[in-house]
Amino acid sequence: MLSDILQDLLDEGLQLLGEHLVLVLTSILIAAAIAIPVGIVVASHPRTRTLALGIANIGQTIPSLALFGFLIPIPFIGGIGQHTAIIALVIYALLPILRNTVTGILGVDPAVRDSAVAMGMTRAQILRMVELPMAAPTIISGLRIATVTTVGTATIAAAIGAGGLGVFIFRGIASVDKLQILAGAVPSALLALGADAALGWLERRCTVR
Amino acid sequence: MPAVEFRQATFRIGTRTILKDLTLSVDEGATLVLLGRSGSGKTTALRLINGMIMPSSGEVLVEGQATTAWDLVRLRRSIGYVIQESGLFPHFTVARNVGLVPSLEGWPEAKIETRVEELLQRVGLPAESFAARLPRELSGGQRQRIGVARALAADPKILLFDEPFGALDPVTRFDLQREFLRLRAELKKTSVFVTHDVQEAMKLATTIALLHEGALAFAGTPAEFRASQNEEAHAFLDVLEHA
Repeated sequence: MLSDILQDLLDEGLQLLGEHLVLVLTSILIAAAIAIPVGIVVASHPRTRTLALGIANIGQTIPSLALFGFLIPIPFIGGIGQHTAIIALVIYALLPILRNTVTGILGVDPAVRDSAVAMGMTRAQILRMVELPMAAPTIISGLRIATVTTVGTATIAAAIGAGGLGVFIFRGIASVDKLQILAGAVPSALLALGADAALGWLERRCTVR
Repeated sequence: MPAVEFRQATFRIGTRTILKDLTLSVDEGATLVLLGRSGSGKTTALRLINGMIMPSSGEVLVEGQATTAWDLVRLRRSIGYVIQESGLFPHFTVARNVGLVPSLEGWPEAKIETRVEELLQRVGLPAESFAARLPRELSGGQRQRIGVARALAADPKILLFDEPFGALDPVTRFDLQREFLRLRAELKKTSVFVTHDVQEAMKLATTIALLHEGALAFAGTPAEFRASQNEEAHAFLDVLEHA
């Protein structure tokens, strides 16, 4: 009897964990695909830089449950379900990635950039061979912060029917069932720790100084 | 035809004139030392040569062609550039740093490798013990030697040095000056060398150009410099006398 309950919990848990991973990975990939190129472009333009960081900052300040709620009634991008959740999660993940990309690029030693120009490297070559590799640890650090927070925030996505480990948590809260809450919270925490460790390792591997 | 020629080259930032009406030429194979105090415009003059900056008026000719008419990537790849603290890429090995311009130029791998070995040998840092190192694993003097090797990589006719030995201890500095003279005798490149050290200027120059507040105060051989009546030249000669 008890083993049946646990078996059911495990089966459902794996499915929810899968959904959770999809939510997190999709959001981070989209956020990175937006924030890294934007960060590269705005790094050398102080005014657009302030603007871009300002916009990303505003996104960050909206309480997450409210943002999910705001998105529901918006046609096309909103509604109930996964894609709405992903949009919200992308908005949250943008700032750390954008800010770290800008910081990383601006942190490249001016003497190194200067000698790259003096050796006849083109703008694209400097970006690819000098700026990006040297900024990589900082950019990865931004991805790491974004990923860890997204793992946590994604549990709230269950509130708008996007699935994921939050389903356990919300159900556990509604039925005052600690086991259900833990079944959602523990894997989510482990996932965050795992992502943190993996990206931390990658960050150290890219660091050459 | 001079290798490098300044024709009334002026450089301004806003209303501030950094370099004023510089007219000066450097013959092929010569070593022009741009001497002057901090802020005298010597680095500005140097950076006009490889098109890092463009003159506000007048022109700078490299091999007879104005820098404004050159393809800048071509111009810079045909001029070696050595700066203080070497400007080596910290994430590249010594071999990759030295082989950078040849690899940008699309040389085949094997040829780059041979060239790198030859250059490391030339600057006294044999490839077998240095090629795989990162810049942070080298001493300051070794980094400057690698900086010189990198500048020489694609066999440029002209070399620019921006206070390359400024941050080195006096012994290492002395070593590298001697090395510079030896390489010059072997390679016969045209060099333009920026320094505020009058001793270094006397030792390395075939021509000294003294800049003062953005204007040329004196140009001539070290012997002529020693005999010069110019006031700023005297200020520098006093340093030499009392050293």
